[in-house]
Amino acid sequence: MKKSKADPKGVLTGSHFMDGDFALAEGALAAGCRYFGGYPITPSTETAERFSERIPYVGGVFIQMEDELGSIASLIGAVWGGKKAMTVTSGPGFSLMMENIGLACMMETPLVIANVQRGGPSTGLPTLTGQQDMMQARWGSHGDYEIIALSPDSPQECFDLTIEAFNLSEIYRVPVFVMTDECIGHMHEKVVIPPAEEIELVERKWYKGPKNKYLPYKNDTDGIPFMVKVGDGYRFHTTGLTRDERGYPLLNAECQATCVSHLIDKIKDNADKIIHLEETDIDNAEILVMSYGITSRVSIKAVQEAKKAGIKVGTMQLKTVWPFPEKRIKELAGKVKAIVFPEINAGQVVLEAERVVGDKCEVVSVPHYGGWVHDPKVILNAIKEAAK
Amino acid sequence: MTEIRFSGFGGQGIIRCALIAGKALSLYGNKFATMNQSFGPEARGSACSSQLIVSDDRVLYPYITVPEILVSMSQEAYDKYESDLKDDGLLIIDQDLVKPKPPRGKIKSYSVPATRFAEDLGNRITANLVMMGFFTAVTKITTSEVMKKGVPGLVPDRFLKLNLKAFDKGYEYGVETLKKGT
Repeated sequence: MKKSKADPKGVLTGSHFMDGDFALAEGALAAGCRYFGGYPITPSTETAERFSERIPYVGGVFIQMEDELGSIASLIGAVWGGKKAMTVTSGPGFSLMMENIGLACMMETPLVIANVQRGGPSTGLPTLTGQQDMMQARWGSHGDYEIIALSPDSPQECFDLTIEAFNLSEIYRVPVFVMTDECIGHMHEKVVIPPAEEIELVERKWYKGPKNKYLPYKNDTDGIPFMVKVGDGYRFHTTGLTRDERGYPLLNAECQATCVSHLIDKIKDNADKIIHLEETDIDNAEILVMSYGITSRVSIKAVQEAKKAGIKVGTMQLKTVWPFPEKRIKELAGKVKAIVFPEINAGQVVLEAERVVGDKCEVVSVPHYGGWVHDPKVILNAIKEAAK
Repeated sequence: MTEIRFSGFGGQGIIRCALIAGKALSLYGNKFATMNQSFGPEARGSACSSQLIVSDDRVLYPYITVPEILVSMSQEAYDKYESDLKDDGLLIIDQDLVKPKPPRGKIKSYSVPATRFAEDLGNRITANLVMMGFFTAVTKITTSEVMKKGVPGLVPDRFLKLNLKAFDKGYEYGVETLKKGT
């Protein structure tokens, strides 16, 4: 993996009072993103606005596409043309992107998609928050594949995790989702952008070998194939069809098994390296509160109250939601009495916790149907109930 | 922790008030500040509001619940939001635009002719900055120097001087008001 420092041109070093949507764009520009293709949709439009203002000045391109199908397709083109690329969307726009997200997975195209989640289904709550697309991020396109999804809890993390998303996408050649939400997207807070030399980036894994030897899907020793840039003189083929090392369609069960297991294993086998968690007071905890995104902040408020009431509570914030931290949760399941899992949906990621934990401990879902964040009292009551 | 609601009608710079205060306090005032604004059809035209939470520690719950300070620059916004104000809260109004109800609980109230002062200074568009100056003086949430640091970049450069002048006018009036003890 070749590392480099951020190009100062894209880095707005300093302290800013900025909303989460803008911070997504700033994180991307700092990470070297030089192409944005998107279609405006509330509550993600401010990210597109920010890109349109800023990206021409850092040598990048902004295109407002005709729709979300075109947006994600244009990203795939930009990436194979050598750029780092991002789009942002919400609700119905995310649904429209699903097919080409599968294409990006199949073509092993590194790109970043931010979803500023709003309440759904359908048009739902355009201006109000939700965390209802978490399973869609994981399973939304057809077929078997793995992706990576991160979930920021603040404008600062929108900046930080977008950089992390770009790095992960380059390491594993996979679409990476930044699953934020309306509350954070429209929330202004202090965002500190470090100097460019303090921002570490992962460079694309460029093929440098002889022109007639390039195989776009031949795995390197780390299990990830090399890329080339369109126009650099390499002849290659890539497709959404099941393909062999040369990138040519080979439609049989053997090739399908090799191709699809690779898409899955490159993430699963590296889950320990990918997963980013933040834990507090885990050691003696009898209750573990798991959460992600805005809900983790609201949860801390409930946890503080629970501690005052004498309950031993630990927290786990999933900065990486996908891949799911199975190993760590299995370890903890044998130690805690219950896992309490609030999310602004009817109970999505909690299903994974239930699957992993089995009957080792109780798993308590604390659902919220969207439109607002949890009342911390509701989470507190769930903690108290679970501790009984 | 202090929860603040700025309110008025669309176009008065109500959102800008919370942005200026949030920026000043979190970047220069050694505080944590989280700012939210109303989004949705009801926020377009008519009553408009922005919310700011100021704290010594990280703000966990992102929305205001029972604001301690309500700033109102229109009657409609006052009517809509007054009942949320904490019983011992602080009410700050533009006295020419808001006719308050009889005092409730231990609410303290301060008033300033912000729009009139702004007109006297040459542009009523700076009424929100008069209000911000007055707000800074009567709440003592931070110094006028810190609050003024929040202004550049949030008003057009060519109107920066005028906006800071408006702020000073409001601040001075606020200091006098406190002296008079009203």
